[in-house]
Amino acid sequence: MANAPTALVLKDIHKSYGDLAVLKGVSLTAYDGDVISILGSSGSGKSTLLRCINLLENPSQGEITVGDESLELKPAKDGNLVAANRKQLERLRSRIGFVFQNFNLWPHKTILENIIEAPVQVLKQPKAEAIARAEQLLEKVGLADKRNAYPDNLSGGQKQRVAIARTLAMDPQVLLFDEPTSALDPELVNEVLAVMKELAEEGRTMLIVTHEMRFAKDVSSQVIFLHQGQIEEMGPPDQVFNHPKSKRVQEFMASHS
Amino acid sequence: MDLQGFGHLLISGTWVTIQLALSSLLVGLVLGLTGAAAKLSKNRVARWLATGYTTLVRGLPELLLVLTIYFGGSQLLMWIAGGFGYTEYIEIGPFVAGVAALSIAFGAYATEVFRMAMMEIPKGQWESGLACGMSTPRTFFRIILPQVWRLAIPGLGNLFQVLLKDTALVSVVGLNDIMRQSQVAISSTKEPFTFFMVAAFIYLLLTAATTGFTMFMERLANPAARGNRG
Ligand SMILES: Nc1ncnc2c1ncn2[C@@H]1O[C@H](COP(=O)(O)OP(=O)(O)OP(=O)(O)O)[C@@H](O)[C@H]1O
Ligand SMILES: [Mg+2]
Repeated sequence: MANAPTALVLKDIHKSYGDLAVLKGVSLTAYDGDVISILGSSGSGKSTLLRCINLLENPSQGEITVGDESLELKPAKDGNLVAANRKQLERLRSRIGFVFQNFNLWPHKTILENIIEAPVQVLKQPKAEAIARAEQLLEKVGLADKRNAYPDNLSGGQKQRVAIARTLAMDPQVLLFDEPTSALDPELVNEVLAVMKELAEEGRTMLIVTHEMRFAKDVSSQVIFLHQGQIEEMGPPDQVFNHPKSKRVQEFMASHS
Repeated sequence: MDLQGFGHLLISGTWVTIQLALSSLLVGLVLGLTGAAAKLSKNRVARWLATGYTTLVRGLPELLLVLTIYFGGSQLLMWIAGGFGYTEYIEIGPFVAGVAALSIAFGAYATEVFRMAMMEIPKGQWESGLACGMSTPRTFFRIILPQVWRLAIPGLGNLFQVLLKDTALVSVVGLNDIMRQSQVAISSTKEPFTFFMVAAFIYLLLTAATTGFTMFMERLANPAARGNRG
C-alpha cells in the first residue's frame, strides 16, 4: 500500500516507567487501508505502544502523526511527553478509534446511547442523524435488536461488537484494537473476529494487537513482532508467519501454531 | 390531640426545617463533590486542603460549628469587610449560619462517600471517554458522575438523615424550626409531653419520606437493573 496516503506514522516511540524501559524506539507507518497486526509475548509492550498512540499513556520520546497532522507534544515535569494543545489532542483522539480488551462500555447508558454519545458530544452531530447512523452500525454488527438494552445484559461478544460500533460511529481514520477477543469465552471469539474481518475488507486502517494467529495471518497486510519494546521483525504475513528471519520469531511461531 | 392553636406554628416550623435541610443538602453535595475531586486530584495542595477540611470538620461537634458560624461569622465577615473599608454592622442570620454549618459538616462526610464511589469506577470508563475525544470535564460529567451517583446514593441518603436531625441544633441560635416552635408552644401551654411527641412525629415523618425518596433515587439512577427501557 506504499502508494496510499499515510494514515498513521509513529517515529521512535520510547516509554519508560521509572527505570523500566518498556518501549525502546518503535517506528511504523500505516498507509490508508493497512491492517497491521502486532504480535509479541506478554510484557513485550504491545498495549503500551497502542496506548501511546492516543496518549492514554504518555510516551517519553517520539512523534505521532495522524493523517497529515502531527500531534503537538511537550515535555512534562516527570520526563514524559504530554499534549501541548488540548484541543488538538481531543480532535486527533476523535479520529483514532480505540477498542479495549474489556470493552469499557458505559453501563448507565443503553447500547444506542453508548454509540451516539461521542458523535453528538464531540462531533456535534444532530441527534437524529447520529441515531440513524448508530442503527446502521448496529445492523452491521448484528445487534439491531439490542438498541435499548444495557451493556450489563449483553454477552461478552455482543459487548465487544457494540464497542466496535461505538468506535465506528466516529468514522475514525485509524482503528486500534488491543486484544479485542482476549476477554471473551472461546465460543464468542469468532463473532467478533468476523466483524473485524469485514472492516479489514472494507479497507479500514487498523492496528490490531492479538493472539489470534490464524486471524492475523488471514487479514493483515503487515505483521509486526514486538520483543522487549523493539520491533524484532516486520513484514507481510507470509514472511513473518512462514519464513521469519528472526530466531525469536521462529520460536514464537513454533510454540503458537 | 389538642394543639391549642399552635398547629400553624408547628407547620411553619416544619417548613423552615425542610428548607434548611434541603439548602444544606444542595450546598453540601457541591462541597462533597469538590472535596472528593480534590482528594483524588494530582495537585498536592488540593489534596492537602481537602484532607484538612474533612479531618477538621469530622472532629468537631456540629453544635460547635453552628455556634461558631453564627456568633463568630459576623465578626469574621466584618473584619474582612473592614479591610475593604466597609464598616456597617454585618449580621449572619440563623438560617444562613445553619445552612453554612450543616452543609460544611455534610460536605465533609459526603467527600468520603463520593471519594469511595469515584474510586470504584474502573479506569477504563475514563479511558473510553477520553479515547473518543471527550474532554476530561465532559468525561467526568457524562460518563463518571452518573455512575458515581449510582454508588453514592445509599451513603448520601444516610448522611441526609443525620443532617435532617441535626437541623434541630440550629434552634439554639433562634431559627424558628420544628424544635424551637414546639418549645415556644410548650412555654405557653406547659404541656411538654404533647408537643415533644408532635415534634418527634414530624421528624419521623420527614425521615421516612427521606428513606422513600432515597429508594426512588436509587431506582432512577440504576435503569440497567430494571432491564430494558421502553
Ligand atoms: N502503569 C505501569 N506502570 C509500570 N509498569 C507498567 C505499567 N504498564 C505496563 N507496565 C509494564 O510494561 C511492560 C509492557 O506492558 P504491556 O502491557 O504493554 O505488555 P503487553 O505486550 O501488552 O502484554 P500482554 O500480552 O500481557 O497484554 C510490562 O512489563 C508491564 O509490567
Ligand atoms: Mg496488553
